[in-house]
Amino acid sequence: MEKILLRNIENPRSADIKEYIKNGGYKDLLLALKMQPGEIIEEVKRSGLRGRGGSGFPTGLKWEVALRDPKSPKYLICNADEGEPGTFKDRLIMEKNPHLLIEGMIIAGYAIKAEYGYIYLRGEYPYVKKILSRTIKEAYDKGYLGEDIMGRGVKFHIKLYQGAGAYICGEETALIESIEGKRGQPRIKPPFPASTGVWGMPSVVNNVETLSNIPYIIEIGATAYLKIGTPECPGPKLYCVSGHVKRPGVYELPMGTTLREIIYTHAGGVRDGKRLKAVIPGGISTPILPPQNIDCTMDFVNMPRYGSALGSGAIIVMDETVCLLKVCERALRFFAHESCGKCTPCRIGTKRMLETIQRILRGAERDEDIESLLELGSVMDAASFCPLGQTAPNLVISTINHFREEFESHIKEGRCPS
Amino acid sequence: MVKLRIDGIDIEALEGMAILEAARLKGIDIPALCYHPKLSPYGGCRLCIVEIKGMPRPVTACTTTVSEGMEVRTTSPYIERLRKTNLDLLLSDHPYDCMVCQKAGECDLQDLAYQYGIREPRFKGERRIYTKRDGNPFIERDMEKCILCGKCVRICDEVQGVSAIDFAYRGLKTKVCPPFERDLDCEFCGQCVMVCPTGSLVGKNWIGKGRARNVGEVNTTCPYCGVGCSLTLHIKDNKIIRVSSKEDSVVNEGMLCAKGRFGYDFVASPDRLKTPLIKRNGRFEPVSWDEALDYISKRLKEIKEKYGPDAIGGLSSARCTNEENYLFQKFMRAAVGTNNIDHCARH
Ligand SMILES: Cc1cc2nc3c(=O)[nH]c(=O)nc-3n(C[C@H](O)[C@H](O)[C@H](O)COP(=O)(O)O)c2cc1C
Repeated sequence: MEKILLRNIENPRSADIKEYIKNGGYKDLLLALKMQPGEIIEEVKRSGLRGRGGSGFPTGLKWEVALRDPKSPKYLICNADEGEPGTFKDRLIMEKNPHLLIEGMIIAGYAIKAEYGYIYLRGEYPYVKKILSRTIKEAYDKGYLGEDIMGRGVKFHIKLYQGAGAYICGEETALIESIEGKRGQPRIKPPFPASTGVWGMPSVVNNVETLSNIPYIIEIGATAYLKIGTPECPGPKLYCVSGHVKRPGVYELPMGTTLREIIYTHAGGVRDGKRLKAVIPGGISTPILPPQNIDCTMDFVNMPRYGSALGSGAIIVMDETVCLLKVCERALRFFAHESCGKCTPCRIGTKRMLETIQRILRGAERDEDIESLLELGSVMDAASFCPLGQTAPNLVISTINHFREEFESHIKEGRCPS
Repeated sequence: MVKLRIDGIDIEALEGMAILEAARLKGIDIPALCYHPKLSPYGGCRLCIVEIKGMPRPVTACTTTVSEGMEVRTTSPYIERLRKTNLDLLLSDHPYDCMVCQKAGECDLQDLAYQYGIREPRFKGERRIYTKRDGNPFIERDMEKCILCGKCVRICDEVQGVSAIDFAYRGLKTKVCPPFERDLDCEFCGQCVMVCPTGSLVGKNWIGKGRARNVGEVNTTCPYCGVGCSLTLHIKDNKIIRVSSKEDSVVNEGMLCAKGRFGYDFVASPDRLKTPLIKRNGRFEPVSWDEALDYISKRLKEIKEKYGPDAIGGLSSARCTNEENYLFQKFMRAAVGTNNIDHCARH
């Protein structure tokens, strides 16, 4: 597949605005500015683009809600928090192709009639902040940002806002609270950000990768875009492959590529001649898959049929030497640390789940530990305030479902079979 | 109006009302620790989860508004199991020292543990341990007992308008505290104490003075100022051991100020004046009201005759009611005949 999101990134100066323009950059913006906002939204809706931040929500629909809302000013927010462990795709776009994101943001801003955009950047990406600051300045200098973009009477400004290192601030409403200078905790939904977002105004929150698709959709049109990927989930997708593969990295492939193809054809398969044990397909908040399930197609619609989710497309490959309880333990340490503390099931549940697994790993026998984990998992899933707590047990519960013997041998024999 | 059905009962509720409020109108009780009718919905404790027909997962009744034709189930074996485990989690991070807790007997958490029959939490693990060190004079803050319902944070911000406290840290370590964890230094209105569902916030001067048993209540009006807030004095052995105010009281709806809520030790003070005093031969002597009033009217008449009414001045007090203050100025102007009248609260 021709590279779209990662176009020209082998060029060491790909982030430079001159290089970007030389390769056709900002032409799509000029095209877009000739269209009416409603036309752009129609095109994005027809393209079938779904949000790449994890939930796969149809982008055009979200934009339409914001555009139709009578309140103004409206805001565009780029979610660059990239917090899901195993995910490192937005970083690559921002590092190597930052003007693509800026161009996508300006088009999106124009389409929803927003005059201000925020980029909410992950706290742990200080060097990306430097790159983006320069990128934004370059765009201002060339007249792509500002009070009167390229003399077309359109105004759009971008403000870079850096988070302080909280996973929850990737959740769109917590992110908005954070931009407003408040503690990062999720808000009650509804109202959704598209109608009541930052400063109480209509706000579209989109992931970096989502927005970076926009120029291309304008360039080739929805009909051509629909030919990439699957009919239900069109477009290119960045898959982040890490773990025990020969060639870890970010792969730009059509949406719906099978997990097997990604791991074996692109990432070179399991390294050191070891056997594949399990794969986490979409970041650690998605359920784990055993090797027999890796023929699943990696998209938003099909993954649930295989008992998992596409999530952020962060594929973590584990070979036979891996102790899955240790994996669960590590993931839960993350969730317990990152729980914002607002709701009971997540705040205390993540901690109790972590402690239970640690007890099993220490060999402190307790027959009911598996049952306790399942009970905790069901309460966290059903009763947590936001998806952080709802999905935190996914990895543990799916590991119990697919690899129960491993839990049992830890509990009964005090050892790991792997 | 919106028509809905809760637990098989048809209910008409106002548009925008939370399911929890609509249910309570009909006497259907849904357990909730972070809900308060005066405060914005929060949805943190997750105990008020209910099932709604057609919805894939349970929702919290305090954050979900009613809608036409909605069918709600507030209880089912599934919901009760979720609630119990959730409550169990709260208790697993709680000191379990009800036997010495000031709040025992009037603690929402204890009541729910009783209702759900949780003697010992099933899920054991690390509990928050904090050293108590808040040096403020009025409010005992025991953050180990805090269940993070956030009612104190919201009432301080949304009702009192002070924002003296907020959440800090995250995960299990989340904690309500003043900025930079300094000692509480606010108006000490104690609204936070009023809404705290556990023994996390109590009056310092309540501690050890008695709990629910053998304590009588006397409803009265606060003597401190003309607002006339309703007070409830908690009396044991004829001593006030605590002051509170009922949330359904008309004037102040349970809100008080620092003086009304915590400033009651003067009542039993040995220095307190209980009779008028007249200075004779350089010493104050207790006298009856009749004697004092006769003396005052005699002296006022003498002074007015000898030096004229403007030799007399009157100072009134913010601790009197409006009516009393009105009468006093009337007395000064009409009876004494002077405009020399002032009030301690006039700036
Ligand atoms: C705990 C949590 C963390 C999240 N972190 C991110 C993130 O780092 N980046 C992101 O784009 N979306 C993240 N999301 C999803 C956002 O809430 C939101 O759905 C997304 O930004 C919408 O953009 P999209 O429509 O382009 O996917 C997170 C959600 C949750 C619940």
